[in-house]
Amino acid sequence: MSVGAPRALASSGQKPITEILHPLSAAEEPLSATVGGDKQEVGLTNGTPVETSSPASTSSLFNRLQLDDDLEADVRDPYADSSETRDLFVTVDDPKKHVSTMETYITYRVSTKTSRVEFDLPEYCVRRRYQDFDWLRIKLEDSQPTHLIPPLPEKFVMKGVVDRFSEEFVETRMKALDKFLKRVADHPVLSFNPHLNAFLTAKDLNKRQGLALLSKVGESVKHVAGGYKLRARPAEFCAMGEYLDTFNQKLGTIDRIAQRILKEQSEYLTELREYGSVYSSWVGSEDELLRPLEGVAGCVTTSCGALEDLGENMSQDFLPVLREYVLYIESMKNVLRKRDQSQAEYEGRLEAAILRKQEDRTPVEVEKCQDKMECFNADLKADWERWQSNKRQDFKQLLTGMADRNINSYEKSQAAWESLITLLQDKQTEDKTSETN
Amino acid sequence: MAEDGREESVAADDDSQHTAEDGIHSLNNTMVEEGPTLLRRMEICVAEAEKRSGKNTVNMQETFTVYLIETRPMDALAEGRNPAPDSLWRRYSEFELLRNYLLVTFPYIVVPPLPEKRAEFVWHKLSADNMDPDFVERRRVGLENFLLRVASHPVLSNDKILHHFLTEEHGWKEVVYETGFQAKADSRLKALSATFRVRNPDKRFMDMKHYSDELQSHTSQLLRARARVADRLYGVYKVHGNYGRVFSEWSAIEKEMGDGLQSAGHHMDAYAASIDDILEEEEHYADQLKEYLFYAEALRAVCRKHELTQFELEMATQDLISKKQQHEELATGIVRTFSFKGMTNKLFGQEAPEQREARLKLLEELIEEGEEAVKDKTVECEEHVEKAWVDMQRFKEQKDKDLREALINYAVMQVSMCKKGIQMWSNAKECFLKM
Repeated sequence: MSVGAPRALASSGQKPITEILHPLSAAEEPLSATVGGDKQEVGLTNGTPVETSSPASTSSLFNRLQLDDDLEADVRDPYADSSETRDLFVTVDDPKKHVSTMETYITYRVSTKTSRVEFDLPEYCVRRRYQDFDWLRIKLEDSQPTHLIPPLPEKFVMKGVVDRFSEEFVETRMKALDKFLKRVADHPVLSFNPHLNAFLTAKDLNKRQGLALLSKVGESVKHVAGGYKLRARPAEFCAMGEYLDTFNQKLGTIDRIAQRILKEQSEYLTELREYGSVYSSWVGSEDELLRPLEGVAGCVTTSCGALEDLGENMSQDFLPVLREYVLYIESMKNVLRKRDQSQAEYEGRLEAAILRKQEDRTPVEVEKCQDKMECFNADLKADWERWQSNKRQDFKQLLTGMADRNINSYEKSQAAWESLITLLQDKQTEDKTSETN
Repeated sequence: MAEDGREESVAADDDSQHTAEDGIHSLNNTMVEEGPTLLRRMEICVAEAEKRSGKNTVNMQETFTVYLIETRPMDALAEGRNPAPDSLWRRYSEFELLRNYLLVTFPYIVVPPLPEKRAEFVWHKLSADNMDPDFVERRRVGLENFLLRVASHPVLSNDKILHHFLTEEHGWKEVVYETGFQAKADSRLKALSATFRVRNPDKRFMDMKHYSDELQSHTSQLLRARARVADRLYGVYKVHGNYGRVFSEWSAIEKEMGDGLQSAGHHMDAYAASIDDILEEEEHYADQLKEYLFYAEALRAVCRKHELTQFELEMATQDLISKKQQHEELATGIVRTFSFKGMTNKLFGQEAPEQREARLKLLEELIEEGEEAVKDKTVECEEHVEKAWVDMQRFKEQKDKDLREALINYAVMQVSMCKKGIQMWSNAKECFLKM
């Protein structure tokens, strides 16, 4: 077995399926893989070739496990990607408006820093628009159907309702695109996808297919052997599906609550401003009370400002992340459905083969299907773990951020009121001493 | 009424007298005037409120609230003794009667107001029902405040009727009516007419009247705006309670995140609940503002009284002048101004000399009366101006001090609210970090 450079996927069509070990098993038997250009493509049910030259794809992963003495750690979390070993960094920033005769749109700067050999240069800097991100995502979905592709921010915005060129909208979208790209770049399989490479490096993206015509390929997969239904979905995938449904529901509720809070806060803010102005207008008829009244008006204004910031932050940072996860859940459910279909296909073919009373040796196509299904299952499970872990981090960050922002808002308000108290109380003692004198 | 040199007054009572919730003891401490000339003789408090049932004047069954007034002599307390207080029950309408009496008897004094008759500036969570326990409690405090203010006033505190009110439960009403104060009350129409027709009111009083309008306008605006703000703030806090429920439901499907989420949810519930106490406390601030809203009216009443006395003086003076003129005309025969008498004389001939004599005599008497009237009115007017000006100055100082303190206390409340909020969110944050 050769060491070092990643190689092509070892074909699994030349051995009985039972002899191929699950890559995640702790077994130490080497996988006798064929070397080199024997890239017998394992096809998707719709015929699109799977490009899996990634070193972390299920089969070659096992090879890597071989080389590592510490099997334990890798078996526990084979997709562990500690930051020290990261070799691909991407950033999306610097939005700019482009005006052409046909249309106006925004482009973003996509910067890449990498030490990977798949890239010719260590650094790249290109400009991409939303369409390009969309293209990338579709390409990824097509080429890696067994993997969970991170979601993009909403494509369509209702003109007239949202200003596509407003600072807040662009900022929010950019952050989401940045997150999308980072998630892809962090994924052990997706980050090696050649489409990603092209996206990050090409001067002009040659998007061969018209985007308008492309539907989400994954969803149009209908090829199931004679409408065959699943025998039994493995329990863990059922659990995943249930979890996603409930989680989706809860996210929806949280989104509604957050929006309601924003609305209530905005109405509170309106009344608060009016309230502050009453103090200001009272100042005109008082002399001794001038300072305290002005002071109170000032503190109310400060509180209003703090609240305004809070609302802005929440709508810009909090809500988009929630919505993103809803999209993520949609993606995940799609992948689960595809997996189901892969299983259904396998079982269908198996049953058909049995009915045709073929020899003991299972036919090649059935083996291929089984292999596909098992790869799918493995990929999905690994991605699921990864997704769960990321989700935990993301929500920890999100909720902590929400708490921080609220604390910050109160702190600003408290500081203003406290300084007013000090000011007024000092004046009081001042007056008292001058009275007794 | 006033004993020579000694003016009775009352001290602020200590908190131990209160059987009801405290929380506004600071309110009481600001209410009492202290000074070298005021002796503290009696400790007063409105200790309790109770519901009673009885038949009213039209023989219908009604429920009303009575308030227990307790008094104790200060000298006994100073000596360290702790005698049982004297007490009697009074209802709101009796307080009103007392105040009306004071208004009429001391028209140059800015008479402290009573707490509102009906709950106003109510935001949705607050009850507008007069029987609501919170309302009754706030009213009890307001009534006590009223008594303390009156009893510590340099002029009002000496009034006998006030003393009776505090010490004689039965028969007090009859005593008040016997003073005949109701007859002395100025009719509204008279007062209104004076406002429009007076020619030379004291400028200071006009300024003060204008100020009373401003004070009233601003305090009522503030109270309305504050009620709306309270309503909205309540909504904001309460919606956060929904987080509590959804975090709890969500934690059920999570493994590692579950505990953190669940406890964070509890803190969100606590946050939502915290608004009730916060707004309850703020009602005290609203009560302080309300007092001065009503005080503005009392101030305006003093200014109006001035307008009235000045107007009456002007009328009396005018009347005297016209009578003197008439006399002169009659005596000299020269008609300077148009008069019906003059016309009829021209038309029908002059009257007989005896009649003329009689009329002259009458006019002279009237002139004498008129001069007395003018003298009296002048004295009345000047006295009113003098005394009223003193009391208005006193009022201004009191108002500045009280409102300033109220504003500072409001700031303190806001700081407390911020601190609570920070505490709650910090607790929640800790739970999130443990997720």
